[in-house]
Amino acid sequence: MNSTIERIRSEFTILGQQVNGKPLAYFDNAATTQKPERVIEAINRYYREANSNVHRGVHRMSQQATQAYESARGKVAGFLNASSPAEIIFTRGTTEAINLVAASFGEAFVNQGDEILVSALEHHSNIVPWQQVCLRKNALLKVIPVFENGELDLESYEKLLTPKTKIVAFNHISNALGTINPIMEMIRLAHASGIPALIDGAQGLSHGPVDVEDLDCDFYTFSSHKMYGPMGIGGLYGKRKWLEQMPPYQCGGEMISKVTFEKTTFNELPYKFEAGTPNVADAIGLAEAIDFLGVTGWDFIRKQEADLLAYGTEQLNAIPGVKIIGTARNKASILSFILNDIHFFDAGSIIDQYGIAVRTGNHCTQPLMDRLGIIGTIRASFSFYNTREEIDRLTEAIRKVIALFH
Amino acid sequence: MNISDTIEEIINEFSSFDDWMDKYNYLIDMGKSLPVLDEKHKIDSNLITGCQSRVWLHSEYKDGLILFTADSDAVITKGIVSLLLRVFSGHTPDEIIRAETEFLDVIGLKDHLSPTRSNGLISMIKQIKLYALAYKAGENPVQ
Repeated sequence: MNSTIERIRSEFTILGQQVNGKPLAYFDNAATTQKPERVIEAINRYYREANSNVHRGVHRMSQQATQAYESARGKVAGFLNASSPAEIIFTRGTTEAINLVAASFGEAFVNQGDEILVSALEHHSNIVPWQQVCLRKNALLKVIPVFENGELDLESYEKLLTPKTKIVAFNHISNALGTINPIMEMIRLAHASGIPALIDGAQGLSHGPVDVEDLDCDFYTFSSHKMYGPMGIGGLYGKRKWLEQMPPYQCGGEMISKVTFEKTTFNELPYKFEAGTPNVADAIGLAEAIDFLGVTGWDFIRKQEADLLAYGTEQLNAIPGVKIIGTARNKASILSFILNDIHFFDAGSIIDQYGIAVRTGNHCTQPLMDRLGIIGTIRASFSFYNTREEIDRLTEAIRKVIALFH
Repeated sequence: MNISDTIEEIINEFSSFDDWMDKYNYLIDMGKSLPVLDEKHKIDSNLITGCQSRVWLHSEYKDGLILFTADSDAVITKGIVSLLLRVFSGHTPDEIIRAETEFLDVIGLKDHLSPTRSNGLISMIKQIKLYALAYKAGENPVQ
């Protein structure tokens, strides 16, 4: 382990733990990443020193909390290169952000006989909300097919973009297979037909920079907890022109402008979409995570994760009986695999005993698993804080599993 | 043998294991040697779905005793299933309704039965008890 990795790991107290009597090897980063001390400390500090309810308070503490919350929004806007903080809506995470767009955009723009296009790589969170809109509006959900290697079929995608298509929604990076989709090209194609695009960025923001202006996407959704920030917060980037035309998603405090019993007028962006007391502490934690990523640096992160992916792929391929699922040319550090006829639950139970955290199952992508003809995979997802030594422990555990069940 | 004797026997067997590997080896052996469930019973109405593994549980009521047969797609789950069959199968509805399941805690398999493991085992125990209640009430739960 080199000294940079050692220093970075020392910022993650949790990584020093023993699990089942063994040092923890945490390979479940696609489910949630660990949080560096500075993020935990920022949240602590907020509750210890600065807690107050935001907005509409004249007292000093409320003003400071408001300032911290809005500066977190500004930080997210800068991180994504959004043209204004008003285009950043805080939500509980990606799922809520997609639900917001599906419900609100769907209400305003989807009608009977229209089509909504998603991809075969999607997480249930980017399928079910659209399916519900289709049910309500009597619209049709169409699916961009995926090839065996985990890449989307772009030729079919182009053909599926029709005058009936009201919105396309696909992920930046597949949580189950690690495929990095050519989102820039896919957004461009959608726009060529005048169709807006929503990107599920749940896996997108932890592996490299995202520039929404450059991408020209209409919506980009994300979760803080998958990018070294706290759970319970995330967000939606939306182009102002859409957000302004969309009706509120939830109603309550803060999102209103004037209320009488006869009529309510709604607040301006972004507050129109943030009903109720927001999650101030975690917004501040998220801002701290963004700073942490900035200090760590994308060059370092990408180099380290590319090395771990290449090394892990090579080591797993060397074990007879291992089949990697998802071999797209462009992949993030997510490695999904199966062990011939050994059930993933059996494998996962044994691997766990070695202190190694991997995820098993269908990864909330049942339609994708059906398409690939499998019931699930074992998934090791690497962060830059992982090491080759940890991967060696994983391959060792896999060899033990194979010996045990054959 | 009555249910509590079987439980005691199982607890004794497990107390001889030194580490988790022994325990898993035992469960794997039990899983592999569990009699195959007739394909005709591997039907959706017998399926107990967990997120991680699936269990099929079939029951028959004969001469006042409930006979259970079961299967799972995962070997470790199958091993635990075979322990549960050893405890519960071949007893009267009353015995099954009264039976305690704390022994799974004692032998260190409680983790496997927490709902978070999603392997269908907790639902299997619930289903075994439900069958017992149904047979006792004179219903035939098997359609």
